[in-house]
Amino acid sequence: MGADQPGDRERPIKMTDPTTYLSHLELGEPDKTFLDSNELIINMGPQHPATHGVLRVILKLDGEKVLGTECVIGYLHRGVEKIAENRTYTMFNPYVDRMDYVAAVSNGLGYCQAVEKLLNIEAPPRANYIRVILTELNRLASHQLWLGTHALDIGAMTPLFYTFRDREEILKIFERYCGARLTTHAFRIGGCQYETYDGFEQDVKNFIDTAPAKIDEYEELLTTNRIWVERTVGVGKISAEDCKALGVTGPVLRASGVKWDIRKALPYANYSEFDFEIPTGQNGDTFDRYIVRMQEMRQSLRILRQAVERIPEGPIMAKVPKIMKPPVGEVYHSIEAPKGELGYFMVSDGSTQPYRVRVRPPSFVNLQALDIMVRGQLVADVIAVIGTLDIVLGEVDR
Amino acid sequence: MPEDPKSPPPPPTGEPKAPAGQPVPASVQSTPVEKPPAATAKPAAPAAPAKPAGPVPLPWESPLVTKLQRQYGSGIQEAKSYVGQNYLVLDPSIAHEVLQILRDEEEFEYCVDLTAVHYPQREKQFDLVWILYSFAHNMRLRVKTIIADGESFPSSVDIWPTTNWLEREVFDMFGITFTGHPDLKRILLPDGWKGYPLRKDYGIIQQDQEWVQINLGIESGQ
Repeated sequence: MGADQPGDRERPIKMTDPTTYLSHLELGEPDKTFLDSNELIINMGPQHPATHGVLRVILKLDGEKVLGTECVIGYLHRGVEKIAENRTYTMFNPYVDRMDYVAAVSNGLGYCQAVEKLLNIEAPPRANYIRVILTELNRLASHQLWLGTHALDIGAMTPLFYTFRDREEILKIFERYCGARLTTHAFRIGGCQYETYDGFEQDVKNFIDTAPAKIDEYEELLTTNRIWVERTVGVGKISAEDCKALGVTGPVLRASGVKWDIRKALPYANYSEFDFEIPTGQNGDTFDRYIVRMQEMRQSLRILRQAVERIPEGPIMAKVPKIMKPPVGEVYHSIEAPKGELGYFMVSDGSTQPYRVRVRPPSFVNLQALDIMVRGQLVADVIAVIGTLDIVLGEVDR
Repeated sequence: MPEDPKSPPPPPTGEPKAPAGQPVPASVQSTPVEKPPAATAKPAAPAAPAKPAGPVPLPWESPLVTKLQRQYGSGIQEAKSYVGQNYLVLDPSIAHEVLQILRDEEEFEYCVDLTAVHYPQREKQFDLVWILYSFAHNMRLRVKTIIADGESFPSSVDIWPTTNWLEREVFDMFGITFTGHPDLKRILLPDGWKGYPLRKDYGIIQQDQEWVQINLGIESGQ
């Protein structure tokens, strides 16, 4: 950008100077036996298709071996937390969809429930059922997108077409429900704005009936595929202790063997009414994370089936004041988003605008584990690990 | 155009968003220990009776609180529960030590989040908030400490490595420094940026114009 402008030499800040980074890494001497090469610092991204957006990773390499990494983020920073302080509670609601735009429904659910907690109201049962159905559909859509792009990064092109074909079915349901496919703004504070459309239950049922066979198709393509196994087994290992210390949540934590899911541990909406399992892995490698997410998709289908069968009649909105002025106080509310724990810390000063909204983004915290996961591995594995972390840069940078 | 004249947000050095008469969050009212009488006088008195319908923080009693109070006495300024969510307010001098105890002895091994809240009208302007979780007890706990502008706080990276990026974000957004942090620098904003956007005196469309002009080669980002 403007690299040949006259004022160039006096620039006090160099955006792309990698030597300003990596200062804290104690890397030791390079391994001279490996091709007898010297250390090399290279940039991966921010304009790299395998970084899933605008993630820039500075790699310190010894030949093909990764000695250390540093993530440079913030390219998509829009300051949503600042925006929140200058909007009313209702006005900020659509903004949260733009963080994790792959799972906008989950973002909206977390935000609406956090404000409901501040207002001390609860969504009616029917609204909760609609919320659970849409959120679980969104979890499936998010995992499908993850699988397609992750496999594409590793070199398997076919799964992308399969997953996008099936994700389309989910997006169609969203579109029929609220008119939008990605940034849905599906929920309102106090419930849902829209009643389900005619044939909603049937659409979801059709999806549930056909989806297991489709997930089998993905598994057939990958689970025993020799290239896939070679590229994922033992790659990007992380232990349960490291996960906890680094605050890593979601499928990454579960693949390391920790049976922890906020839907079970601290149930929100009406998740306590449904019967489902928490899939876990043992090795905490890329392959286990793949297996965990595949099983999660099947568990989501289980929840969906129960929810669609039991969905009650009734109102979909609680009694909510037109002008929301939550009482003075602070709450933290978090949900199990497809990527991990998505939390909202809200401070109300009793006015119509939140005093402070803090978003605890799962992608941001999980990305911190990248360094520990790729040290000592090969450059190509960095791509696999970025994929398996399932980050969305819109949420990392906010 | 640096500032939109129509926009409601305050000028960079002006007064904060909340007017002086505005009630401040509950936790603030109930910490008279830290605050001089001048700051407490205006907001605290009318706030409580004005909102009779809202829930109030209740005292939180548990073996954990009893144990900490026995050990630190008045250092545990508050142990309350608001809408079922427990929180502790700690004196900054002991906060780091208590955090260590919470992880080592009370099994709060997962630091969910670390953030800050800016209250420009108080003498000690910043709330630092840790949200902790214990897998063993399936319990969430909020720990809060109140520090002044310019005061730095011991880094908790040695307790929970996850706070590395979280502290960098707090530094980036609020300008609070953490001593002992391995690599305290901006994380979301570019390195050369001036100003701390989540402070209340930073306007919503305010920018570091100089940085924008030098690095993007355009007159203004607005």
